[in-house]
Amino acid sequence: MSADTDPETDTEAEVEAETETPPPADTEPEPSVPEPGTESHQDRRMREKGEQAIAREEAAADAAAEEIETVEIRVYRYDPEVEGKTTPRFDAFHVPIEEGMTVLDALIYARDEFDSSLTFRHSCRQGVCGSDALFVNGAQRLGCQTQISDLEAPVQIEPLPHQEVVKDLVVDMQHFYEQMDAVEPYFDPDEEPEEDLEEQRQTRENREKIKLSTRCIQCGACTSSCNVAAGDNQYLGPAAINKAYRFVMDKREGEDRRKQRLETVKQEHGVWRCQTQFSCTEVCPKDIPLTEHIQELKREAIKEDIKFW
Amino acid sequence: MHEHDVIVVGAGGAGLRAAIAAKEEGADVAIVTKLHPVRSHTGAAEGGINAALQEEDSWEDHAYDTMKGSDFLGDAPAIETLTKDAREDVIQLEHWGMPFSREEDGTVSQRPFGGLSYPRTTYAGAETGHHLLHTMYEQVVKRGIEVYEEWYVTDLAVTDEDDPEDRTCHGVAAYDIKNGAVEGFRARDSVILATGGLGQVFDHTTNAVANTGDGQAMAYRAGVPLEDMEFVQFHPTSLPSTGVLISEAVRGEGGILYNAEGERFMFERGYANNEGELASRDVVSRAELTEINEGRGIEDEYVHLDMRHLGEERIMDRLENILHLAADFEGVDGLEEPMPVKPGQHYQMGGIETDENGETCIEGLYAAGECACVSVHGANRLGGNALPELFVFGKRAGYHAAGRDMKTAEIPTGPSARSEAGDVSPAVEPGAIEPATDEDAVADGGQTADPTAIVDQEVEAERERIERLLEDDGTNHADIRADVQQTMTEYVNVFRTEEGIETALEDLQDARRDYQDVAVEDPSRTFNTDLIHTLETRNIIDLAETIALGALARTEFRGAHWRAEHQTRKDDEWLKHTMIAWNNGDLDLYYVPVILDGESKTYEPVDRSY
Repeated sequence: MSADTDPETDTEAEVEAETETPPPADTEPEPSVPEPGTESHQDRRMREKGEQAIAREEAAADAAAEEIETVEIRVYRYDPEVEGKTTPRFDAFHVPIEEGMTVLDALIYARDEFDSSLTFRHSCRQGVCGSDALFVNGAQRLGCQTQISDLEAPVQIEPLPHQEVVKDLVVDMQHFYEQMDAVEPYFDPDEEPEEDLEEQRQTRENREKIKLSTRCIQCGACTSSCNVAAGDNQYLGPAAINKAYRFVMDKREGEDRRKQRLETVKQEHGVWRCQTQFSCTEVCPKDIPLTEHIQELKREAIKEDIKFW
Repeated sequence: MHEHDVIVVGAGGAGLRAAIAAKEEGADVAIVTKLHPVRSHTGAAEGGINAALQEEDSWEDHAYDTMKGSDFLGDAPAIETLTKDAREDVIQLEHWGMPFSREEDGTVSQRPFGGLSYPRTTYAGAETGHHLLHTMYEQVVKRGIEVYEEWYVTDLAVTDEDDPEDRTCHGVAAYDIKNGAVEGFRARDSVILATGGLGQVFDHTTNAVANTGDGQAMAYRAGVPLEDMEFVQFHPTSLPSTGVLISEAVRGEGGILYNAEGERFMFERGYANNEGELASRDVVSRAELTEINEGRGIEDEYVHLDMRHLGEERIMDRLENILHLAADFEGVDGLEEPMPVKPGQHYQMGGIETDENGETCIEGLYAAGECACVSVHGANRLGGNALPELFVFGKRAGYHAAGRDMKTAEIPTGPSARSEAGDVSPAVEPGAIEPATDEDAVADGGQTADPTAIVDQEVEAERERIERLLEDDGTNHADIRADVQQTMTEYVNVFRTEEGIETALEDLQDARRDYQDVAVEDPSRTFNTDLIHTLETRNIIDLAETIALGALARTEFRGAHWRAEHQTRKDDEWLKHTMIAWNNGDLDLYYVPVILDGESKTYEPVDRSY
């Protein structure tokens, strides 16, 4: 690892980078490749290690010669119990850029090469598990879906705003999940046959109607971006309302349940709180038209009320 | 200590379905999972769910296709159970609101998939797994099933009789990722493992970072044999840079593979003259790598998958998700240009030995889904057969674990099913460095101690293990994990040689030795992912070794297992499952015959051509 890739830190707290200095060439003899079959296991390991050392040295020399391009990421750090981290700070890491590198890739590199305590949620690496919604250069994005090359450097990476930080980039999602649960987020038809189920029909149009709403991966980017949710902790928030939309619009569920669902979303902290700022729609990594869905539920709620006049 | 009737470990498709079934049976059930349920990797499945729904289709045909796809290494009772139950279980999902893609008449759509004699793959766009996962999680919420999320199960609490078949599982020890507490979970009835795949054994995989084979490794060390571990599916179409999966549905809908010379090589080079791109996955993966190795790959690394001719309308209707994946992770517009693809580790056919009811040889211990091996998939899994396996066997395990009276299983389990001993002798002895003293062999709770004491002792042992990792100074696990992934990808990949596998086994012993000095740098008790990954890496080493050892033992070419020195399928010798028992670190390799006698017919092995 060359000096170029060592992390810096802007605070008094030092980030220790594992620096591995390759041995100088004159102390490392050129390993010879023995005849196949004559080499012991230990010899092979030593030879390979020697080859790796030379390769590392060459890479370092190349890096110095070509100045391998790195990107600076500035990452929010906080740990409630570890000395030096109890006051939030930013650590800077210089990560070598590879083609196609995402924000998540850069974080993984920084963790595996520089600081194994760097903490963030991630799993699928392909934008479907919803674990790695982050606040990157001032906007909510999925780390795995955001190319480093599309961002202005240094890239500032913070936990999702408006949620309590557990550690580094990990936030407490409990309230988000509770708001999801508040809309009774499960298919619940008026009548459910006990046995011998027959396939129900659903028109293509109706499936199309709910399609975008069913794409939600519950990453929490929308709710984090919402000013209303920030000011009103009881506001259901765009993700939960979108979940309600998914069931209200699904014609398989039944009229009674639909009415109950509309009652839920038109309550004091429901759809009417939305101020149509479109921030949720802008940050949704799945391109769900959240604001439109909320407006549509407002219209449905009014139509339902008019029926009783 | 937490206490429930049934504890489900893992919250992907199999775990959620098992929990729902156990709840329906009246059990007090809880799910313990290292991820929030919707983060599970079932959500990444794209293509679909095989089920014989149409009148002109039949479960018998589905069973035959599956058996042929397995290269006659699946067990007939397992395969027939899957194909018979799949229909009813798919309709159940539909009644739980799953947003399937639809035909004009409003019925569930089905499409062709590799190795199928009828288009029986139901789907929801190219994001079927996402919808399956969310639909089932919704039903878990509806039933008020308790979920301990971001709790990492580190070991099973099992008694220590000599014969695994006499042992009983009484619960698990788990680490609360949020605050570092190690606590016991006592299972009054049963523990069901549903921990998914082990893709992190390899360095180019479609699997999530979380897929570290924890359940398999825990069951293995507790005494359940791992079955057919050498059979690893390499999916033919993963993106070269990240391993992100491009669904088989692209080929199902008519996508074409080309080499650098613009040849449609599946036909033009004779790899599969009838089925072409829709040959079985192992066949297509080998074809691609052969093209690349013989210099006809693009940039010597990949081939092209072209779907442009399908037209924007059809792509947007059925494969829209693929466009997003290709754009976001490879920077390619699938409407305008072909997509680069190459084989990547995708699925583990082998796993925890179970019967059709999900039961292992240890009383009170079940497994379902990818971590289990019933065996449905044998030497090669067909696309579209993993998702039905999740809910068919997840449900059965949930019912059985909660005490439902079910038909006695036909598939035998445990050491008593042994038909012959294995005779492989690698140059470097695999297994624990010091077998007799290996700390986590089995819970050392004695045989008659009360169940709570067994769980307590397991918790104490795990607390000590974790404290030591946190307090000591030592090697970072990430280097060891990278070594394992590299040697497995280099030597136990699509093409395997005896010399290469031996090298991998040597490297894995080195990894074991290195792991003896492992320690966690982050001292924090709060969300310590460094610790979690370090614990996972131990599991990765154990499982990599079983894959390599199985691959060395099986001197034939069957399904996904290709051996340079053994280029034919040897039915006289190898119609049997490879079993590897941990045996307190002194590995025991043996065989159990495959069951080809089914209810529908006796499956006669035939040449598997597509």
